[in-house]
Amino acid sequence: MIKKFVQEAKAGKIDLIEHAQKALEEAQKISQEYHYITAWADVEQRAKELQEQAKNGTAHGKLFGVLVSVKDSICVKGVETTASSAILKGYKPVFNATAIQKCLNEGAIILGKTVIDEFGFGGFSTNVGKGYLKPLNPYDKKRSTGGSSGGAAGLTKKATFPHLAFAESTGGSIVNPASFCGVVGICPTYGRVSRYGLIDYANSLDKIGTMALNTEDAALLLEVISGKDEHDSTTSEQQVPSFSDTPGAINGLRIGIVKEAFGEGIDNNVRKHVLDAVYKLEQKGARKIELSLPIGMNYGVPTYFTLAPTEASTNLAKYCGIRYGASEQLTGNYNEYFSRVRNNNFGEEAKRRLLLGTFARMAGYRDAFYTKAAKVRTKIIQEYAAAFKQVDVIITPTVAIQAPLQNFMIDILTVSPNLAGLPHMSVPVAEANGLPIGMMLIGPQFGEQKIIQAARAHGQ
Amino acid sequence: MEITPELVKRVAANARLNLKEDEVKKFAAEMKEILENFKKLAEVNTDNTEPSFHPVPVKNVAREDKVGKGLDREEALALTPHHKNGYFRGPKTI
Repeated sequence: MIKKFVQEAKAGKIDLIEHAQKALEEAQKISQEYHYITAWADVEQRAKELQEQAKNGTAHGKLFGVLVSVKDSICVKGVETTASSAILKGYKPVFNATAIQKCLNEGAIILGKTVIDEFGFGGFSTNVGKGYLKPLNPYDKKRSTGGSSGGAAGLTKKATFPHLAFAESTGGSIVNPASFCGVVGICPTYGRVSRYGLIDYANSLDKIGTMALNTEDAALLLEVISGKDEHDSTTSEQQVPSFSDTPGAINGLRIGIVKEAFGEGIDNNVRKHVLDAVYKLEQKGARKIELSLPIGMNYGVPTYFTLAPTEASTNLAKYCGIRYGASEQLTGNYNEYFSRVRNNNFGEEAKRRLLLGTFARMAGYRDAFYTKAAKVRTKIIQEYAAAFKQVDVIITPTVAIQAPLQNFMIDILTVSPNLAGLPHMSVPVAEANGLPIGMMLIGPQFGEQKIIQAARAHGQ
Repeated sequence: MEITPELVKRVAANARLNLKEDEVKKFAAEMKEILENFKKLAEVNTDNTEPSFHPVPVKNVAREDKVGKGLDREEALALTPHHKNGYFRGPKTI
């Protein structure tokens, strides 16, 4: 769908200025009702530039004229970028994140920034920072969009104009909201996409990824933003395949079904519809193999909630009210000033994670918590590596439940593939009680094509 | 493990958070519960297991040492009211 639009836009068949204005108006209306956007980019100016290119025959790029929204933790030059936290209020980056620059080089129009749990601290978009409104589920406003990329998922579902979304995952923040909002979300392998210009949550876990209404479109944005970057030493030199051209042929594909992810604690509708989707893949030639991931499934959550806040507590140490973001009158000594600005501006969940993370790496506690969790992480990585010797793709429900009411909290199935840096995606496979259900596909490291293949075979 | 309000205050001081008394109380109770849950990790045998600080092997990468353009001073200072004579201004250090 996006590819067709791009073709037409390049050929000058679409009045980009009019198109962009209409899209902007629609997005503003949606956002007023559902609270998805935190800051707007200069859409009209960019549309004019591109219109000019189309006119004089220099139109180029895989995303020519496509409106792209950006999760609020990714820096866009000149557009307020706060990770939905009061501590960064007013911060307008003086540079673009590498992923943003790549997408601009391909002719995209940045629409604006989408709301998140403050710094990504949450799975339900209910922990937005002070002064931000919680995004509402596009199916039912009383329910959660999932998080932390909640604004991205909600807008992707509601927008009727061609649109792609930047999202980001640390422990499941792409697939979780994708599942609750009925859209496709892809989180690539750790290191596939540059993190330069991403506001860190936990740097050994953070991955920029994409969302769209279908797999091909989400894969298109992913292939544009992937690749080695000299500004991020953890990016991989692995060649970037043409993700969007990956066909949905799955004859002989071995699909691993994780026993623990279909057992107790999984909603009946979720279990049934994901198993139906697996059956559909079997009918198309995939082979089902049952497997068990006891360490990841039982210990993933405490491992994640030890490691991620520990990294966060060092990453957030730089916010001190001096060089950018929130600031107050410079009274008191430096410790008093920093502590006051930070306590006044961080939200409750941010403080909770900062305290936990600081504790877990303090002398006397570090070995029992942080180092122990890092060792369990090794076990989880090894467990997946062994599983991928038997299977090509692993399937679980994305979340154990459908979108909950706004005040609900639950542990998630998504932390382990994130700890292991594995590519994973959520595709909507059914609706029950008027709400969508997501199936999660997990691939081996740098095996994005395998999960895209299976998702397309399913018809998404 | 004993998570006392005093310990929470110590941690908060390290984290540069000027917590209010009611916050200290609340977080002390919560941390106790969360850390109890984390103790579950002790059940996993990690003898002879190296910790993983990244999900993929990471090596040092050095780029060519060439002169590039840094951030413009005016641009950097424009992001805060706390600057004077081309420098950032901070709170008192001594």
